[in-house]
Amino acid sequence: MIDLDNVAYSYGGAELFSQVRLSLAAGSFHFLTGPSGAGKTTLLKLCYGELQATSGQVRLFGEDAAMMDRDAVAMSRRRIGVVHQDCQFLDHLPLTENIALPLTVSGREADAEANLGDLLGWVGLRNQAAQFPPQLSGGERQRAALARAVIMSPHVIIADEPTGNVDWEMSQRLLTLLVELNRMGKTVLIATHDMNLIRAAKSQVTTRVLRLKDRRLMQAGGEL
Amino acid sequence: MKFDISRVVELIAGDPQADRAVPPTGFTARLTLFTAGAMAFLAVFAMALSFATGRLADRWSSELARTSTLRISAPADQADAQVRAALAVLETTPGVAAARALTPDEQRALLEPWFGPDLPVEDLPIPQLIEIIEDGTGYDPTGLRARLQAEVPAAVLDDHTRWREPLIAAANRLRSLGWVAIVLIGASTGAMITLAAQAALAANAQVIRVMRLVGARDIYIARAFVRRFTLRALAGAAIGTFAGMFAVWLLPSADVAGGFLTGLGFQGVNWLWPLVIPPLAAVVAFFATRAAALRTLREQS
Ligand SMILES: Nc1ncnc2c1ncn2[C@@H]1O[C@H](COP(=O)(O)OP(=O)(O)OP(=O)(O)O)[C@@H](O)[C@H]1O
Ligand SMILES: [Mg+2]
Repeated sequence: MIDLDNVAYSYGGAELFSQVRLSLAAGSFHFLTGPSGAGKTTLLKLCYGELQATSGQVRLFGEDAAMMDRDAVAMSRRRIGVVHQDCQFLDHLPLTENIALPLTVSGREADAEANLGDLLGWVGLRNQAAQFPPQLSGGERQRAALARAVIMSPHVIIADEPTGNVDWEMSQRLLTLLVELNRMGKTVLIATHDMNLIRAAKSQVTTRVLRLKDRRLMQAGGEL
Repeated sequence: MKFDISRVVELIAGDPQADRAVPPTGFTARLTLFTAGAMAFLAVFAMALSFATGRLADRWSSELARTSTLRISAPADQADAQVRAALAVLETTPGVAAARALTPDEQRALLEPWFGPDLPVEDLPIPQLIEIIEDGTGYDPTGLRARLQAEVPAAVLDDHTRWREPLIAAANRLRSLGWVAIVLIGASTGAMITLAAQAALAANAQVIRVMRLVGARDIYIARAFVRRFTLRALAGAAIGTFAGMFAVWLLPSADVAGGFLTGLGFQGVNWLWPLVIPPLAAVVAFFATRAAALRTLREQS
């Protein structure tokens, strides 16, 4: 699905990481950990084409991301559902329209009705459906972001700290949703600091845990 | 052109969902509406100017085409002989198609506005006029003057084709200037709308970013802006055009002796011409916004 081959990235000056090799096979479940500022968010951005690698090759669904034109990038994003660390909503639209936005922009707003009800129930936002993003709590926003990421039924789900602001019970519920989607064959990549979440996931599915530290991406050690 | 118009129609009837995703910005909306209105108002006047000067140039050049007059002021007893001599000279002048002395009735008619209908022209020492009609090539006025001076000293050649020519040229140039003004108005409208669209795009950078992240293509995002600016330009230009037409209609109408200013207006079916201004403004807005949006989206990536 997504392959990174000897990838390096730097914001202008200093190099953030290099020699990164990563291959997300269809149906795999990966965690990405590492200290704050190590570049986890940056690495995820490379995986959905928001940033271009400074060197090395990123392949999205077999296509070289550096060679893709703008429409091709847009099309590949429809196959990758993303939960952004800072959520990224349109503040002037109610929650339902925000969650349905991926369908709207790809001309499939008709499908929204069918999917929205269940999805809102699953992330526990039925009562907030008509509210606007700025009126929601941090945790509610993250749940909404997850709902938006999965509404297109994408092949790949990439989530950046999806449980950062929710309590343990809710994070278990969100994890269940992601595990369920993974069992349906979706590829999942989650960046998180939350070791308990990783442990909980390991008891349900086969996962690989990667660690970004000291400018390198490695398989996480045995501390888990 | 047909292609463009169908695109504009499609946009106007098109997908309002895209519009909802982009919040309206009041400032750029008012700027576009005002600019399109003011420019359309000016375009109506430029158009009226072009038509008026065009009519004027046509009238001057057709009515006065290739005619001139010879004026003979001689004592009564020599007048007939001088007229005959002058006609003889004119007959042998190359470039003169015909020449004839005006009858007393015609001369009276010319003087009527000043002296009334009962003027006894025959008894007054007024000059006799000879009308000269040129052929296609025209005569050489300097040569003719020299010959007349020698043979008919009482004759004065009044060559109005020659002095009207620069006026006709000026009128024609004024007409072209009117069209140049319309083109410039169109270009400034495009420039202003480009600026307004860029301001709207910059104000919505975050919205555009989010739409992109969820997989919106550039053309989808651009369409939300294009649709809005096209409709605003159409509405503004319609208001401006009708205001301009009303103002032209209020101008005093052209009288018979019609000078240039009193003739500024539209006649008959020419009143339909200003109606092309609003659709034209919409087409300009369509392409200006589309180009601005696609360019900005490429740069913002
Ligand atoms: N747009 C940017 N321009 C310049 N530097 C940036 C930019 N975005 C991030 N950085 C820097 O790159 C580094 C890695 O940022 P990133 O957000 O990828 O870290 P992270 O691992 O996701 O951290 P956290 O766990 O806190 O979310 C940070 O030092 C950050 O300051
Ligand atoms: Mg981060």
